[in-house]
Amino acid sequence: MYLYPKWIRIWHVFNAVLFIILIITGISMQYTGKDNPEYMIGFAKAVRWHNFAAILLIINYIAFVTGNRFTKNGRYYKIDKKNCLSDLLKQLRYYSFGMFKGEKHPFPVTEERKFNPLQKFSYVLAMYVALPLLIISGLGLLFPEITINRFLGVSGLIYTDILHITMGFFLSIFMLIHIYTCTLGAKPTSLFWGMITGYHRSE
Amino acid sequence: MNYFKFRIIFLFTLTSFCSLTYAGLFGSGEKAAVQDSTAFVSPFEADNQRCFKCHGQALYEYTNETLGRQVRDIMCSERIINKDEFYRSNHKSFSCTDCHSEEYTKFPHAGELRMEQMYNCIDCHGGDERFAQYHFEEIEAEYKKSVHFKLEKDGFSCWKCHNPHFYRISVRNNDNLKETIAYDNAICLNCHSNFNNFQLLTDRKEINIIQKHDWLPNQTAHFANVRCIECHTQLNNKVPVSHLIKPKEEAVRLCNDCHSQNSLLMASLYKFESREKRRNGFFNGIILNESYVIGANRNEYLFLLSIIIFMGVFGIIIIHIFFRIRNNSKNY
Repeated sequence: MYLYPKWIRIWHVFNAVLFIILIITGISMQYTGKDNPEYMIGFAKAVRWHNFAAILLIINYIAFVTGNRFTKNGRYYKIDKKNCLSDLLKQLRYYSFGMFKGEKHPFPVTEERKFNPLQKFSYVLAMYVALPLLIISGLGLLFPEITINRFLGVSGLIYTDILHITMGFFLSIFMLIHIYTCTLGAKPTSLFWGMITGYHRSE
Repeated sequence: MNYFKFRIIFLFTLTSFCSLTYAGLFGSGEKAAVQDSTAFVSPFEADNQRCFKCHGQALYEYTNETLGRQVRDIMCSERIINKDEFYRSNHKSFSCTDCHSEEYTKFPHAGELRMEQMYNCIDCHGGDERFAQYHFEEIEAEYKKSVHFKLEKDGFSCWKCHNPHFYRISVRNNDNLKETIAYDNAICLNCHSNFNNFQLLTDRKEINIIQKHDWLPNQTAHFANVRCIECHTQLNNKVPVSHLIKPKEEAVRLCNDCHSQNSLLMASLYKFESREKRRNGFFNGIILNESYVIGANRNEYLFLLSIIIFMGVFGIIIIHIFFRIRNNSKNY
């Protein structure tokens, strides 16, 4: 089943590579110190690469949103509020117990339903909530003169930075879970191959 | 309570709340500027006024007895001392003749008085128990090792940075750190971005400060939030402010020197901030009262929470993998 058009695959590769660069450089910036100035890649190099990768990520994100707006791919991100919670719990139960008991997948992949409810919910949260917040706060740090000067007695940069590292952290956790859940296909590697070839192999 | 009274009280309460909220939430954090100390009355005010009468403004008048008439003239800008500034300075309680010759009380001033040897800081402050806490001798020793000392034969002295008529200690006496930073940086820029003053001491070409700091990201933010001396001096805990200006090649260029948990700013710009102002949970929390330094102000609680979440997620994945492997081996 052909599920991943070429533009999605290209976007996805860029997104993955840029995100890995941003995580490595972000951790470098966070934890380098006077005693370990070259921790991972060092602060100065990390800042340059982080800024560069971030700008590319923003362009890539705009391409993603535009692509979803003007192609059919956008429909996969529409959450059905009606059975949202029960579907989420059903999927969570399957991952926790059902799959070990040999139960059938409650939401098998079709051309109309690329993502299961848990995937859809987490992708929407990641791509339409966390990533925009990460980008906005990142721009606030890249151009500190545009951030609020003071708020509740402290610099506006504190809130901007805390929001940025929190979103960055949650998206990193998301990536970890995303990579792991991608091993839950027909074979541990089949979903990865699907993202390379464009074809999804059903269980 | 009638309706009119209620409206008045309601409006008053609302206005007060809005004002307080605005000041508290959206205030720039800039506290009131340094108290105007012109209220200070010098014991030598009357004596000093004889000097300020001519040296306190751009125009002065005197009687030319030879010509037999009043003469109005322009005071050389170098000889004008702003009275208000003087009475706000560290030396506000001084009489002009404490440092200048008594002969200046006579007019016209004798020409050779201009050649008089001026005091240096250490002449008055050195070896005096009252000033022991400021370690002037250590400051003098530092100055002698600094790049500025090499210019002494060309006329450099303490006064080039610490104008005896206007200089006031800013970093310890001012609650507004941004104002202190601007004040202290203006001292450096007085020569380093004013070519007229610069070439009084050196034959070097004019320096473009902005270009010289091209490598520094977010220049505006750096220039507004740290003093030049943070990067251009050698830290020394024995003195209130380091006076060992290093050669430009030795200036701080590593971002981590400030942008890290053990930021050098804590030993320089923020060393006078009181411990009561600490903000718990944040590393180098004192900085947060005035500014925010990425890398130096990590929050230890968020750090712990992130480790717990990461380990939790990692643990769940390991457990899941374990059950998958066990399940697969059961099926085959």
